[in-house]
Amino acid sequence: MKPEALLHPTPAGLFCPVGGFHVDPVRPVERALITHGHSDHARAGHTHVLATRQTLDIMKIRYGDDFCTSEQEAAWGEVIDVGGVNVSFHPAGHVLGSAQIALEHKELRIVVSGDYKRGVDPTCAPFVPVNCDVFITEATFGLPVFHHPHPREEIGKLLTSLKQFPDRSHMVGAYALGKAQRVIRLIRDSGYDEPIYIHGALAKLCDYYESQGIALGEIRPATIDKSSPDLFKGAVVVGPPSAFQDRWARRFNEPLIAFASGWMMVRQRAKQSGVELPLVISDHCDWPELLETINEVAPSEVWVTHGREEALVRWCELKGIPARPLHLVGYEDEGD
Amino acid sequence: MKPFATLLDRLVLTPSRNGKITLLVDYFRTTPDPDRGYGLAALASALDLKSVKPAMLRELVLERMDAVLFQYSYDYVGDLAETIALVWDGLEKDDTTDAEQPLLSEVVARMNSLGRTEVRSAVRELLDHLDPSGRFAFLKLVTGSLRIGVSARLAKQALSEMSGKDVTEIETLWHGLEPPYVSLFAWLEGQADKPVLATPAIFHSVMLANPVESGDLEKLDPADYAAEWKWDGIRVQMSAHGGTKKLYSRSGDDITGAFPDIVEQINFDGVIDGELLVGGTMRSNNPTRTFSDLQQRLNRKTVNAKMLEDYPAFVRAYDILFDGEADVRAKGFLERRERLSEVIGHAPHDRFDLSDLVPFTTWDELEALRRDPPDPVIEGVMIKRRDSVYQAGRLKGPWFKWKRDPYNVDAVMLYAQRGHGKRSSYYSDFTFGVWTDGPDGDHLVPVGKAYFGFTDAELEVLDKFVRDNTVERFGPVRAVRADKDFGFVLEVAFEGINRSTRHKSGVAMRFPRIARLRMDKLPRDADRLETLTAMIDAKTADAKM
Repeated sequence: MKPEALLHPTPAGLFCPVGGFHVDPVRPVERALITHGHSDHARAGHTHVLATRQTLDIMKIRYGDDFCTSEQEAAWGEVIDVGGVNVSFHPAGHVLGSAQIALEHKELRIVVSGDYKRGVDPTCAPFVPVNCDVFITEATFGLPVFHHPHPREEIGKLLTSLKQFPDRSHMVGAYALGKAQRVIRLIRDSGYDEPIYIHGALAKLCDYYESQGIALGEIRPATIDKSSPDLFKGAVVVGPPSAFQDRWARRFNEPLIAFASGWMMVRQRAKQSGVELPLVISDHCDWPELLETINEVAPSEVWVTHGREEALVRWCELKGIPARPLHLVGYEDEGD
Repeated sequence: MKPFATLLDRLVLTPSRNGKITLLVDYFRTTPDPDRGYGLAALASALDLKSVKPAMLRELVLERMDAVLFQYSYDYVGDLAETIALVWDGLEKDDTTDAEQPLLSEVVARMNSLGRTEVRSAVRELLDHLDPSGRFAFLKLVTGSLRIGVSARLAKQALSEMSGKDVTEIETLWHGLEPPYVSLFAWLEGQADKPVLATPAIFHSVMLANPVESGDLEKLDPADYAAEWKWDGIRVQMSAHGGTKKLYSRSGDDITGAFPDIVEQINFDGVIDGELLVGGTMRSNNPTRTFSDLQQRLNRKTVNAKMLEDYPAFVRAYDILFDGEADVRAKGFLERRERLSEVIGHAPHDRFDLSDLVPFTTWDELEALRRDPPDPVIEGVMIKRRDSVYQAGRLKGPWFKWKRDPYNVDAVMLYAQRGHGKRSSYYSDFTFGVWTDGPDGDHLVPVGKAYFGFTDAELEVLDKFVRDNTVERFGPVRAVRADKDFGFVLEVAFEGINRSTRHKSGVAMRFPRIARLRMDKLPRDADRLETLTAMIDAKTADAKM
């Protein structure tokens, strides 16, 4: 069987005609398998949804109880028959509940990795390599320029800056699902135990992480009235990056904008977005990790979904591994 | 290298001056000698380092990497040094520890000891031993382009901040010392006496004037003061001693190399304060030319023969600090002026002249002269106490500057952009335009951009207007509604105006700022482009008289 007969791109997303389901569809479909809770992968309005417990919970938090008609939970490694195709979920190490989905049919195995990373992250289960014939990988940071440093060093920069500028409120931009909780956890792991203030948009997801056993220390809402900027002198405030350009940010004292993202690797990008303290902390693979993963999984073919496909495809060609870009649309970089 | 690289990373992204000073002070305090001295030299553009051509760097990186992958990377990053710094590790995860990295002083020593054929392998080896941020700093240093928004002046301010010593004292020492400035740091930290300078022709900090503010003059007796024209050039200092001749900018930057036409003609010993201008001296009977002509000669390391011929420079002398060996700074202004007149009288007539005194008896009389000066390149008057001694710095009382009133126009806000740092949540950079004829009738054409002049309370008003009236967004920039009957009128003040081929409107303003918010006016009442071009024409007509 040709791999394209088992799974191929359609305008709604990757479609498996044999099993009659889509993976991470960008439009409402009858049957959806979801890798993780970021809004470009997990959308509301599908009829049946199959995902990990945590991904289902996150979708419920974000979209409400009626985000789909019926949900089904997938346990790690459990083989589920969906329309005659054997499907199983394996940790992807991206955010809480994130999974790679393996599809097996007539001796052919395809792994859709979703978004994934290989670096250590105490807030989610680590990536497990699954051998396969076709490995479908993202390429968000698929350029040789991306070498993400150890997150501990990056948090060290934040702590140094708190000492250098003890009066300024340090505003750490981090996306609401995954990055924010990971950054808070990293700050705690480096010995900082003052209260950390969060923007309202993070509250529910932080509570959920706590309920899943990920301790975040003392978290306070950063929503006290405009009148008390003194309270936030030298405080760490975590919020979605967009909020820092908004009027919301004015209640703080001489805000110093930091941004936790893999994109911060490139100085010009940091500069254009008005970031003073870039923290290169990513929930995606950097270039060496992408290559390491392909070597380890050893697929006979690589398909590249989204990001900088051309460089990764070029590298595979140089290595003699057949590779092609899928040109899927609708995936952005919410997770980084 | 690590501390310097970390400092550069922060400086590049820190917009505020105070923030930069904090980072610099921290670096000078925590980095040992001689590294901090080399860091200081690099920031102040005083570091002598063997340079490396970009072409060689490109060859080095292609030795270890596929050309196509390199090109993808370079296209994405857009800066050669940064691309190479980031891709150098290839497949390796970076695991260079800080202790293994060479020190900045070791890098400088190594590079400067290399013979021509050794450069390639030394650069390769250094890149291997630095982490990405260290590689970036190293590559910026050897390609000679730091571009991090730190001037020599700011670095000296930081030294002053760290030590409590006056910045003018540091500036006076500066040109007599060499990297890595060990004796300077020892003095700043109170561990040694002030260094004694061996080099002649050093820079001496200049005396500055305060602007005249309302009520200042009525308290003063005009008989105690002399007046001079304030020329629109740049303030310089000529320092000559036993054959060594130097030209310094107001902040002590050595600009000797760019002005051989002046420096070679210096025929006196001593230190003279004056205005650098282009055109002809009074004594040559050729007119003094405008600041935009002078700009052709500024910010260059060297100068070619055509430049020298098309834009001849000269110095209009204001004051004398040293007459030969004699320090005359403690003498009165008029007495110094007599000595100055003597020295300039014997200097080449086409390169040096003496700034005229402007006779007056009452402040009203001077006010009339200031408003209508005899030459378009005059931007106001200087008022100096007749008995004032020459004291470095900006003291209130002995010297005043009284500038010509700024130009004003009413313009309409067109675009707004978010500010930086403290202002990152405000739309605080405004592009404004005036009316002009077009094929479809009147339309607004952008004529300038301003980001200061308003109060914090006014900024709240401006920001609210932008947020409530955005019609289009382009990244951080918003276009706001601006038509005849709805929009925001800004009164813009500026120091000068010139023709420009770079701007669509054909005009360019100097130092535009927002003088007032004209909420009482509708955009239809704003000025027209013809008003601005008429200001240029009036100036040009003046110049021809």
